[in-house]
Amino acid sequence: METGTAGWDGEPVWRGLPPGLLRMRRLLLVVWLGLLTVVVGVLLALFAGSAWALAALLPPALLPVGWVLLGRNWRSWRYAERADDLLISRGVLWHEETVVPYGRMQLVEVTSGPVERHFGLASVQLHTAAATTDATIPGLDPAEAERLRDRLAELGEARSAGL
Amino acid sequence: MSTPGTAEEGQAVAERRLHPVTPLRRAWAPVTVIVGWTVHDPGRIREQLAHLSAARLLLGLTVVVLVACVYGFLSWWFTRFAVTGTELRIRTGLLFRRTAHIRLDRLQAVDVTRPLLARVAGVAKLKLDVVGTGDKDELAYLGEAEARALRAELLARAAGFAPETAHEVGEAPARLLLRVPPRMLAVSLLLSGTTWGSSAAALAVPPLVWAATHNLWTVLALGLPLLGGALTRSAGRFADAYDWTVSESPDGLRIDHGLLDRAHETVPPGRVQAVHLVEPLLWRRRGWVRVRLDVAGSPRSVLVPVAPREIAEAVIARVLPGVTVPASLSRPPRRAAWCLPFWWRGHGLAVTDAVFAARHGLLHRSLALVPHAKVQSVRLRQGPWKRFRRVADVLVDTGANTTVTARLRDAGEAAALLYAQADRSRTGRRDARPDRWMVS
Repeated sequence: METGTAGWDGEPVWRGLPPGLLRMRRLLLVVWLGLLTVVVGVLLALFAGSAWALAALLPPALLPVGWVLLGRNWRSWRYAERADDLLISRGVLWHEETVVPYGRMQLVEVTSGPVERHFGLASVQLHTAAATTDATIPGLDPAEAERLRDRLAELGEARSAGL
Repeated sequence: MSTPGTAEEGQAVAERRLHPVTPLRRAWAPVTVIVGWTVHDPGRIREQLAHLSAARLLLGLTVVVLVACVYGFLSWWFTRFAVTGTELRIRTGLLFRRTAHIRLDRLQAVDVTRPLLARVAGVAKLKLDVVGTGDKDELAYLGEAEARALRAELLARAAGFAPETAHEVGEAPARLLLRVPPRMLAVSLLLSGTTWGSSAAALAVPPLVWAATHNLWTVLALGLPLLGGALTRSAGRFADAYDWTVSESPDGLRIDHGLLDRAHETVPPGRVQAVHLVEPLLWRRRGWVRVRLDVAGSPRSVLVPVAPREIAEAVIARVLPGVTVPASLSRPPRRAAWCLPFWWRGHGLAVTDAVFAARHGLLHRSLALVPHAKVQSVRLRQGPWKRFRRVADVLVDTGANTTVTARLRDAGEAAALLYAQADRSRTGRRDARPDRWMVS
């Protein structure tokens, strides 16, 4: 079996996530915070008096923070396909980097919820025999997700090993 | 159904039934339901019984016993199993049919257990560990000789012997590796914290209760169960691990143990995902260790309850061929003390060309060994405080759903370790033994 790492010159080719995911998450943030503002405002105005309803301005104040955090988190996500394993790196403060050898893959899944489908996004999920291996790449372009799935499945088969 | 022998695909395979003693055991189910009901609501039962005459009572009991017998018989009649070339099929269920197809090449371990009553009746239970299923599939009960023969046959087929010859392979000869003397076992239990903890609680609570209430009955009611619990705990552990023998045979590692209930486990080679060497504080002066195994598809099991370190290491060398337990481990850098004061000294890591070994614990030491070939994925984790102190954790996931963590490594070293470990587990897998270990 060719190892493939022979031609590998030290730095893997990292790919980021598409900007669509960031747009979707920011939109969801705005929608949810907006809903929260309305609900808090209405409830406080009804039960505590109109002065308290000013507290409903708190959720919108969180918007810039969330906006920035989502951006930083989105930038921190990246993945790389090496000849024999898949690398996933994520997290800003709590940083985590995962290496999953192709031969260990039991199952590759492409999932896409209704909101994700609307934005034209899909997630690729890897399963190995260890359930703690939570290797998911969220918010990929469906074509890219399918390409990745096929490639991973093919490589997994070629390099498969039992337990 | 009764076409004997030839296990070709598509053809009818010889189906077998369990031992005829089994209906007796199954018949207990309805009886226990009634008993449970009685205990649950005794007042109403007595009220109802008062209305009944002796004749009716007798009639009722007869009906219950008869129904139980018929139920037991039918469930026995409808439980069948068959061994084909690639799988073991178990069909059960009277109303709700269930057919389990167990792939032999996914079989992780086969245990023969003989509870006390079953020993008297001369029968045994066969338990099968398969990856991915929560609880064990079992065949209860089989004749003792039949259970042993079936175990040998299953393992031989899982190992890749042809179906025709699998019968004749028989039980592989075993070579004794280790026997734990009862004296050592007793001393080790005396030196373990849980024994002392429960005993101390049992001895400390009654005087306290006496001081608080001055009521003898309360003291007795509280103290006796505690004392009994402590006693049965340690005695139970002693009885379970009594006459613990580990022997080696071509179809795997045999573990026999038990004073009253005898268990006979077999762990096929190559199915062990990780080994843990545990050193309780009080055992360290004597140089004793306990060895536990992580096997895919079954809960963590004990390999050696207690043994001198050198002997335990020799046994480990048989379980994981080519592996020696690393003698010295490298500690985390000094600045790790800012992340985990004092306890950072307990952590250690050693990577040899065969295993990834990580230790944790200062008083109760535990060393985990994962062969490179068994690593499913490698992770690096670093929180904000650890990044500030330039340390990181390296996590190694095994196929038995356990994670071995090397904590508080230097950040640069951890990053290098992450890639090096991924490479090592890839190359380690390449020259690992095949799944069907007897064919090659």
